Amino acid sequence: MTPAASTLPSGPAHPRGFWAALKPQHMVSALVTLFLVLGQWRFQIIKSYPLTGIEFIDDYAVLIVSLSTAMATEALLSRWLRGEWPSVLSAYIAGNSVVILLKPQGGLWPFVLASAISIASKYVLMYRGRHLWNPTNFAISFMLLAAPNSITILGHEWGNELWTVGLIWTVGLLVVTRAKLLHITFTYLVCFCLLALLRCAITGAHPLTELAPVTGPMYQMLMFFMLTDPRTTVSSRSGRIRVVILIALLECVLRLANDFHMAWAAPFNTAPAIFALALIGPIALALDLRRKASA
Amino acid sequence: MVLASPWMAPSPYARAAVSVAFAAMLVSVWRLGRGEGPVTAEQGFRLRERAAELGIRFRHRETTLDPKLDNVAPHVSGMGAAVSLVDFDNDGWTDLYATSSRFDTPNALYRNERGSFRDVAAEAGLANVNREGEGVSMGSIWADYDGDGFEDMFLYKWGRQQLFRNRGDGTFEDASARAGVNRWMNSNSACWLDYDRDGFVDLYVAGYFRDDVDMWHLSSTRIMQESFEFAHNGGHNVLWRNRGDGTFEDVTARTGCDSTRWTLAVASADMDGDGFADLYLANDYGPEELFRNVLGQRFERVSGAGLEESSKSGMSVTLGDFENDGTFGVYVTNISNPGHLFQGNNLRRNRLARNGKLYNIADASSSASRAIVDCGWAWGAQFGDLDNDGRLDLFVTNGFVSSSKERDYWYGMSKVAGGASEIFEDSAFWEPMGDASLSGFEQSRVLRNLGNGQFRDVATAIGVTDLEDGRAVAFGDLTNRGVLDAIVANQKGPLQVYVNEPSVDRNWIQLRLRGRGANTSAVGAVAELRFAGMVQAQCVQAGSGFCSQNDRRLHFGLGAAAAIESVQIRWTSGQVQQLGALETGRLHVIEEPAP
Repeated sequence: MTPAASTLPSGPAHPRGFWAALKPQHMVSALVTLFLVLGQWRFQIIKSYPLTGIEFIDDYAVLIVSLSTAMATEALLSRWLRGEWPSVLSAYIAGNSVVILLKPQGGLWPFVLASAISIASKYVLMYRGRHLWNPTNFAISFMLLAAPNSITILGHEWGNELWTVGLIWTVGLLVVTRAKLLHITFTYLVCFCLLALLRCAITGAHPLTELAPVTGPMYQMLMFFMLTDPRTTVSSRSGRIRVVILIALLECVLRLANDFHMAWAAPFNTAPAIFALALIGPIALALDLRRKASA
Repeated sequence: MVLASPWMAPSPYARAAVSVAFAAMLVSVWRLGRGEGPVTAEQGFRLRERAAELGIRFRHRETTLDPKLDNVAPHVSGMGAAVSLVDFDNDGWTDLYATSSRFDTPNALYRNERGSFRDVAAEAGLANVNREGEGVSMGSIWADYDGDGFEDMFLYKWGRQQLFRNRGDGTFEDASARAGVNRWMNSNSACWLDYDRDGFVDLYVAGYFRDDVDMWHLSSTRIMQESFEFAHNGGHNVLWRNRGDGTFEDVTARTGCDSTRWTLAVASADMDGDGFADLYLANDYGPEELFRNVLGQRFERVSGAGLEESSKSGMSVTLGDFENDGTFGVYVTNISNPGHLFQGNNLRRNRLARNGKLYNIADASSSASRAIVDCGWAWGAQFGDLDNDGRLDLFVTNGFVSSSKERDYWYGMSKVAGGASEIFEDSAFWEPMGDASLSGFEQSRVLRNLGNGQFRDVATAIGVTDLEDGRAVAFGDLTNRGVLDAIVANQKGPLQVYVNEPSVDRNWIQLRLRGRGANTSAVGAVAELRFAGMVQAQCVQAGSGFCSQNDRRLHFGLGAAAAIESVQIRWTSGQVQQLGALETGRLHVIEEPAP
């Protein structure tokens, strides 16, 4: 968005005004909805669960349970701890993200717990009044590490089609541009590609082997939802760029360690980028908050 | 901060309570995510591996490949160990045919000589079938296609398919060219069925890799699947109709049963009770498919039955009446690996005749119920009553590539598995596998049927503890004792014979059906046995599981029932034969009556 655009009068009938009036959270909500609808339409990413015997409900039981758990947790904790009714957008995004990202062995409990943990983490894992982890990033990372026998993450369930990835990319870029966070996505993408080539030079792998993950759906979730979460990124533009570079570097280390079959890195090999964000992001934010407080 | 009401005021206690609840949720994840320990209690039977004692010393060798596939050779060459049970010489003792998959290594035909086995493949003409230019074996199915009373063999291969006619004197002749089935395909499954009920068994053969691919002389490395769960670029499937004169015609297009999904297993039975044999396909990298037979004229790909909603990696299909309700349920194995992939096996309750649905009731919601769902990288599975308690159990083989114990390929494969199809379908872009394992060293599962759709893994308790890379499993009563033995073909490993040693005496009955006309094997006939207030249906099949075929005899465990109430046979011709309370504890040979 340009400065000129931001001065235009807002109004539902005016496209530029409508665009200007949209908050990043609205756009992220729209993007996650697009992600979900597209995935369900093309690849049935929401797994049916025999809960009631009523076909429609069972088909969407996972979605219903995740969204309702996230929203109920948000409402309960917000009213109890902050005395206010919360916006549902954060819970909506978290609930949907859990449905898209979590691929458990079975049962509804992973969706219930992941949704509840993601929202509760905002109220518990705080520093100087800010939550440190992107809620979904924390919940998914924890579940992958704590229950590898039952939980895994979105990997290949999107049909390997380039056009669906392209569509998500197009809309995603619009959203992060509107949110003035394009530099995060762009920096991460450049870093990932450069470091992938570095890994190729070290391991002798084909460049496309190392570049392939970024064409998969998990990376779209990472780049358009987690890395760019305005509530858990540091305050300055240059700081955000530095943090993203660090995340990409840690991811590269985790990947290289797994390329060389180092046992300590094995627990992280299901989603190196997700874990890198979970490790670097909160430290960077805490340091940023402390720096600002002491300034 | 806005406080809506006094009781909502945040307090240290409230924050502490939320923190405790948060911690409790984290602990819950860990507790709920744990697996269940092995069952070790006595089960009333044991399976003891006795291949060497019985004279069976066969080891599968994997196929070589074009050097362009060197980086993924352990993956691509990871199939070919197969076993089928057949009484090829009609002496009343079940024989074994096992395949190898490397050029110039022999297949084995073990003749059962009253409980000891001797390899007669060379003298039968069934040994040297893995030859350069002709391809290598992936499995065999047996049926009497020419009506002479002896079981003939179709050998499905990566290469030219082969049909061997049983001369009845212990030797076989290669009838492939005359029959018109010597087509180049890369097939991993096939079954016999009499789809048009003309009395001659027909042949359904499924392609895996594309038909134009010669695995030893590749023009391109773009031979892999285009998608991990929605691939359509596999080989074509073929239905060959038996003309009854020793030749077959390709009726695939006419009958509408082609598929270019990556079919790894096919089984046939009358799934919807209309009297015609249907086809059930387990597809790797895709959803299962059911082709409903429409009056023997054509097949319809069934939609809306519940198969499309779970696109996975079907490795094997076995049909069985696991609920004793007279319908054929379906068990399809898939892939599960901690942290990487949980596709889960499907156990489907058959309600096709009632409402057109197949309900997946495999339940992974608790660690106790997870046994049926997660069998690792599962391959062949068969239904059979191993403990003679009147309920069909399951034996599931598993393990893909057991090589290094330190190096694992899951991470390497995951790089391309989720990537764009342009990358995934080209093997050149796959990470070199080296000596890494991929779901290696897995223990087979023996899932004891507890009733109500519940199964428990008792493999450790009954002695199935090997860590070979299992592929095919077949059931048969090798020594005519009234119990099912399990024969397992292992990739790059030994052919194992798990001999059943019951410690609890339970009743049983066996039926050997003989059809009138050419289909003397009675392929497709269904026996419904009533006992103890239940009904159990079994179908004579020629090919099921993964690269395997069970003994032709139908084996029914009866549990504590001293007698049966009745038997009904639905012959493939359409005839229905009612039999009374046959004597239990023995084999009955039942001939199809004249119309």
